Amino acid sequence: MRTSLAFWSILRKDMKNYYLKPPNISWGIIFPISWTLMFFMRSATPVDLRDILPGVMALSVLFGTTSMLAVTITFERRSRSFERLLLAPISLNMLMLAKTTGAIVFGIVNAFIPVIFAFFLTDLSGINWFFTIIGVFLIAVTSTFLGLFIAVSANEVFEAQTFSNFFRFPMMFLCGLFMPMEKLPVFVRPFSYILPLTYGVDILKFSITNTGNFKIWISLIVLLGYSVSLFLVSMYNIRKKWIY
Amino acid sequence: MYIINVKDLSKSFGDFKAVKEISFSVKKGEIFGFLGPNGAGKTTTINMLTGLALPTSGAITIAGLDGIKNIKKVQQIIGIVPDESNLYDEMSGYDNLVFCASLYGMEKARREKRALELLKQFSLDDTGNRPFKTYSKGMKRKLTIAAGIIHDPEILFLDEPTTGIDVESARQIRKLIKELNAKGTTIFLTTHYIEDAERLCHRIGFIVSGKVVKISSVYDLMNEAQQENIMEFTIDQNGEDLESALLHQFPHVAIKQLSPYSIKISSVEKIELMPFMRFFEEQGAIVSEAKILRPSLEEVFVKITGIEINRLKEEKEGKKR
Repeated sequence: MRTSLAFWSILRKDMKNYYLKPPNISWGIIFPISWTLMFFMRSATPVDLRDILPGVMALSVLFGTTSMLAVTITFERRSRSFERLLLAPISLNMLMLAKTTGAIVFGIVNAFIPVIFAFFLTDLSGINWFFTIIGVFLIAVTSTFLGLFIAVSANEVFEAQTFSNFFRFPMMFLCGLFMPMEKLPVFVRPFSYILPLTYGVDILKFSITNTGNFKIWISLIVLLGYSVSLFLVSMYNIRKKWIY
Repeated sequence: MYIINVKDLSKSFGDFKAVKEISFSVKKGEIFGFLGPNGAGKTTTINMLTGLALPTSGAITIAGLDGIKNIKKVQQIIGIVPDESNLYDEMSGYDNLVFCASLYGMEKARREKRALELLKQFSLDDTGNRPFKTYSKGMKRKLTIAAGIIHDPEILFLDEPTTGIDVESARQIRKLIKELNAKGTTIFLTTHYIEDAERLCHRIGFIVSGKVVKISSVYDLMNEAQQENIMEFTIDQNGEDLESALLHQFPHVAIKQLSPYSIKISSVEKIELMPFMRFFEEQGAIVSEAKILRPSLEEVFVKITGIEINRLKEEKEGKKR
C-alpha cells in the first residue's frame, strides 16, 4: 500500500512536471509528422503510408523515451532532487520503475500519434492491433531502459543526449526502419541483429504490413530479454555509482 | 538509552579513507553535534547513516535496526535535511511537502493537513502556493527542514542547517530545532558553525580527517579546556595604576590584561571574588562589573583539533559564497 502510493506519486509528479509540459506535447506531435513528411517528399514514387508506419512509430518511441529519461533522471540527479527519492523508504527497483513508467507511457502515446494521422490518410484495415500494441509496448520498455542505462552513465543532461545519439542514429539506419535489412551491406547486418529495435520494428511490420524477417515469438523473447537485462544492468550501475 | 550506535565505521574511496573506524552513540532525545572542518568526513558519515552511501566496514544500529541491511525500514523513521535543498524548483512549497509525505505512504487527507500545519509552523503559509524556485535561501532551508519532518521522524539528520542563510533565518531555524527536540525528536546535526553547536547541542563529537577525536557534553568540554581561572573586573580607574598593589596583595594571580577601565587576572587556583572586591574598595576604585571568563567552544575546538579558527572561518565564508 505504502509502496504503491509512493509509486503513483512519483509517476504523477513526473507526468505533471515533465511529460505534460507544452514543449513535450508538441514534440510528441511534431516529431512523427516530420518523419512522415520527410519520407513523402524524398520518395520518387507514391509512398504507402502504411509501409512507413512501423518505422515512424518505432522512431517516435525511441526518441521520445530516451530524450525524456535524460531529463527526468539526469536533471534530477544534477539538482539533487533525485537524492530525496533515494532517501525515501521505497525499494530502489520500485523507485526506478516509477521513474521509467512515465517514459514508457509517453513513448506509447507518441507511437500512436502517427497512427491517428494515418487513420485519416490511408486504409488501416487488416492491422493486427493486438501485436501492434504488444510491439509498441515492448519497444517503449526496451527504449526506456536503454535511456535509463544512458542516464545512469551520464552526469549532465547534454552528456546524456549526446550519448543517446550514439545509440539512436545507428539504430535508424541499421534496424530496418525504412530500408529492408536484406538491402543492407552484408558486413553491417550482424550489427542489426544485436540492436533491440530491429526486433521491435519486425513485430510492427508483422502486425501492420504482414511482413517481417523473424518469427514473432523470437522478437518477443529478444525484446523481453533486452528489457530485463538493461534494467538489471542499470540497477547495478545505480547501486555502484549513486549509493556509493 | 542510545538510539544510534556506530561501531568501527569506515568508508574508503579507492585508496582514500574518508572515514576511519569511527565509533559513537547518540542518546534518544538529545541533540548531538558532529563538528569538524570541511572534508573531515561529516557528510560521508551522515550519508552512511541515512543510506546514501555504503560503509566499507563497520556496523550501524538505528532504533534497534541494522542500519545497513534494513536501511529501508530505518528510512521510515528518520528524516533527512541535506546541506543543500533537494526539493523541486517547479513545484510549490505546498506541493513539495505533499509529495514528500506521499513517499512515506501518508494518506491524502493526512498529508495535506500535515503540509498546511508545517507551512504555518515554519511561517511559510503565505508563500505555500509559490514555486519553490522563487523562495529566498532562508525560506528554502526552512521548507527543506519541513519536508524532512513531514512524517514525524524519531530521528532528524540535519547537515549544516544554518550555512549560507541570513542571520534572522538562522535564528528561526535554531529555534525550530530546539522546539523539535523539546517534542522528543532526536537530532543529529553536522556543522562547522561552532556557535550553532554551542547553542544547540547537548553533546558534541569532533571529527578531524575522518577520525572522531573527542565526544563529550558541551559543559564537560568547557571544563576540560579550562586550564586556568580567569576573572575580569571593570572599574572606574586606570587599571595600570593598581598593578603593583594587586600583585603585592595577591601573589598567586597573574595579570593577563590591563587597560584604562579593566583588569583581567588569572590563576591556577580558584579565584575568590570578595577579597578582590575589598582590595578595590581599599584602593578607592568602584567595580561596576566582575565576571568569570570561561573558554569558548571555539577555543575548545582549536585545542582539541589543532585547527585554527581563522581557517574554519575562511571555510565558513567559502561555503556561504
